[in-house]
Amino acid sequence: MASTIRVRAISSGETTEVQALIQHPMDSGFVKDASGALIPPHFIRELTFEYDGKAVFVADWGPAVSKDPYVKFSFKGGKKGDDLKISWVDNKGESDTTTAKIQ
Amino acid sequence: MTTPHGFSATRRLVLQGAGVVALIGLGNMASGPTPALAAANDKYPEDAFKQKSDADAIKSLYGKTPEPSDKVKMDAPEIAENGAVVPISVTTSLADVTSISILIAENPNALAASYKIPAGTMPSVANRLKMAKTTNVIAIVEAGGKLYSTTKEVKVTVGGCGG
Repeated sequence: MASTIRVRAISSGETTEVQALIQHPMDSGFVKDASGALIPPHFIRELTFEYDGKAVFVADWGPAVSKDPYVKFSFKGGKKGDDLKISWVDNKGESDTTTAKIQ
Repeated sequence: MTTPHGFSATRRLVLQGAGVVALIGLGNMASGPTPALAAANDKYPEDAFKQKSDADAIKSLYGKTPEPSDKVKMDAPEIAENGAVVPISVTTSLADVTSISILIAENPNALAASYKIPAGTMPSVANRLKMAKTTNVIAIVEAGGKLYSTTKEVKVTVGGCGG
């Protein structure tokens, strides 16, 4: 299966700007489906970005984060061609990991 | 015979006294900066995400109350046409930022997202959040062990015909 994570990490020399888009329903548990039954909560809880073996950004999310979440941040350092590791875990224990090259 | 006995009793008393002092000292430490650090650096803050009100969520997450600061900048739309996708970004000129959190006051659970900012990462984050209705969005920045906040009302138009 293709990765649920799409990442673009661009180094400007001093800093690296990271944008990530993840495919995930992010169901809040408050929405009903067509038959009137509540859709159970299903959302990403933790999203971690690692560079050079260290976490550079950790997101703790609740169900109020929009469907197919997007996040943007930047960190000092990061060289073109280096790896950035991204992983998430949701409330059902599902997870995904990918590695992106810094551009 | 009484001297060694008496001596040891006094000694025990002294030791007990010292023990009590040490315990009080530890107690002060624990109720001081430790819970806040634990909240910011530990694993997923499950309880904070379960709190209904923004005040309770902040208390659960950080264990203290924020002070409003114009150094915390939040970019959010005046009017969000679609409450399911509201772009919100938070940035700050404060130094030593360790975390940024975003709360939506009248959502079923106020805390929406909390970001850990390790040293070397810019204190700036952009994301997209869901809003149940028109309400205040609160951005919290933890910097140098203190909390700073800014608040902005975002109008959510339901049905797309003004708000």
